[in-house]
Amino acid sequence: MKFSEEKIKEVERIISRYPEGKQKSALLPVLHLAQQEFNGWLSTDTMNYVASLLKLEPIHVYEVATFYSMYNLKPVGKYMFEVCQTGPCMLNGSDETIKYIYEKLGIKPGETTADGLFTLKTVECLGACGYAPMMQMGKTYREHLTKEKIDAIIAECRNEIASKN
Amino acid sequence: MSKTKLLLKNIDVEGIRFYETYRREGGYRSVEKALKTMSPDGIVDEVKKSGLRGRGGAGFPTGLKWSFLAKPTGVPRYLVVNADESEPGTFKDRYLMEFLPHLLIEGIIVSSFALGCNCSYIYIRGEYLWIAEILEQAISEAKNKGWLGKNILGTGFDCEIHVQLGAGAYICGEETALLESLEGKRGNPRIKPPFPAVKGLWDCPTVVNNVETIAAVVPIINDGGYEYAKIGIGKSTGTKLISACGNINKQGVYEIGMDISVEEFIYSDEYCGGIANGRKLKACIPGGSSVPILPANLLLKTTKGEQRMMTYESLSDGGFATGSMMGSGGFIVLDDKQCVVKHTYTLARFYRHESCGQCSPCREGTGWMEKILLKIENGKGNMSDIDLLWDIQRRIEGNTICPLGDAAAWPVAAAIRHFRDEFEWHITHPEMCLKKNFGIANYAKPIETVV
Repeated sequence: MKFSEEKIKEVERIISRYPEGKQKSALLPVLHLAQQEFNGWLSTDTMNYVASLLKLEPIHVYEVATFYSMYNLKPVGKYMFEVCQTGPCMLNGSDETIKYIYEKLGIKPGETTADGLFTLKTVECLGACGYAPMMQMGKTYREHLTKEKIDAIIAECRNEIASKN
Repeated sequence: MSKTKLLLKNIDVEGIRFYETYRREGGYRSVEKALKTMSPDGIVDEVKKSGLRGRGGAGFPTGLKWSFLAKPTGVPRYLVVNADESEPGTFKDRYLMEFLPHLLIEGIIVSSFALGCNCSYIYIRGEYLWIAEILEQAISEAKNKGWLGKNILGTGFDCEIHVQLGAGAYICGEETALLESLEGKRGNPRIKPPFPAVKGLWDCPTVVNNVETIAAVVPIINDGGYEYAKIGIGKSTGTKLISACGNINKQGVYEIGMDISVEEFIYSDEYCGGIANGRKLKACIPGGSSVPILPANLLLKTTKGEQRMMTYESLSDGGFATGSMMGSGGFIVLDDKQCVVKHTYTLARFYRHESCGQCSPCREGTGWMEKILLKIENGKGNMSDIDLLWDIQRRIEGNTICPLGDAAAWPVAAAIRHFRDEFEWHITHPEMCLKKNFGIANYAKPIETVV
């Protein structure tokens, strides 16, 4: 397990944002990078690698990785639907969104489809309250969700996979 | 009432996100004025005169906060911008950064000059990844044009801005937890004192300000503090971004002069445009999920019978007994088909999820409140559960290192205080409460004026 040359340069660029000797500050951004590079989750090996890269004790990386909700500590599907369920989204029907995804994909929050394509996760407030109901999918927010929109998103993911095969 | 827009005045100008347009529309004037014609202390004075208060939620006077910054020689000072926006109901900073990234950068340069900081970090919540990229791009544009880097405008002042991504933790919006996170640790709040102004990032003197607060420095420097203070009522000076959501016709981010009434904000077409689907207003949380929820009758008028205004003072008129707070400006509206018990349950679940676990009252108490609320919501509660809930929130409030404990306790307390009937109805109607909601009941009926 190793970052590419290009990613190593990115790690160096991140470290350069902080004063000399404060490279510990790079931990959160570098964990994001590692999660992106190594299958969307942080295995013990990945965390150990990040520790060696930043010259930290592995335990330090574990305690940070387990604190923040965006780090996945077990394998996830290729597409992760993170549906917000906090107050303002609930007022606009997020329960229905979660139920509809279950009907379409047969997965409950925390589960992944058998083909490894989709993971459903419920999350707490993502700061999109005025555009509810919504979910995060990778780097983007999908907002004002309706049944039709969810159908289209699922189709979009399946098409993307089909075009790659 | 004022329709003045200070932060969002150019929001509709095409291309305002990019440097050329932003500059053409008068952007970066405040940097020229501040660096070439003003002293750092002069800028702090101007901010004091403006009456600007922290826009993140606490409402602490910004100029005063700045004047507390320790200035030992040979030690760097830092300005950290809090862009961790995660209070449910709040999405204003996201809007500002996504569409007006240069306004924030401009504010940071002027504020850094005032504080004597040469390095600033924008700590942005990890989920706002695409906005972090917009900021990075804007920073590099500004740097190419000489507004950042070494010897800005030939004045000898150096300034760098870096963007730091969080990774999903509400607690990191608390300033000391944010600093811990920025140092690469778990976001556990620090015990204060020492305050960040003395011992902050890497033990150096640090100012942590909300995105909107820093952006507001730009019009204050351009037009002067007194000019800014002319807008608003009393100690609620200037404009405030309100992110309105829930059951209203026009959800979105609005810049208001702090001199309009709550009623105008909800019903005028200029703002929320009334309650969605022709329904009635039942309740509202005016300042983000942590502040007390108010029933319609107490929201629109104070117990003195006066119109409630969108100001820090008027929103909190009556204290927690009959008032609420301006908070972060996260304005959540509930219509008459919503269930206050269920809504409160989702908030309790949120705080349980976000408690960092450092202090027992919050770590344990938030979980207990969530469980009891779910039990009541599902028609399995007892009357004594309501008193138990009340007792738990009382024991959390004030007994934790950081304000998350209070933030978790207040929504539960206010829901019981004002909507006890609805809680009791869940308990006395266990079958019915699974099928229908309690409705508006008497929550919109006029209240007796207390003089």
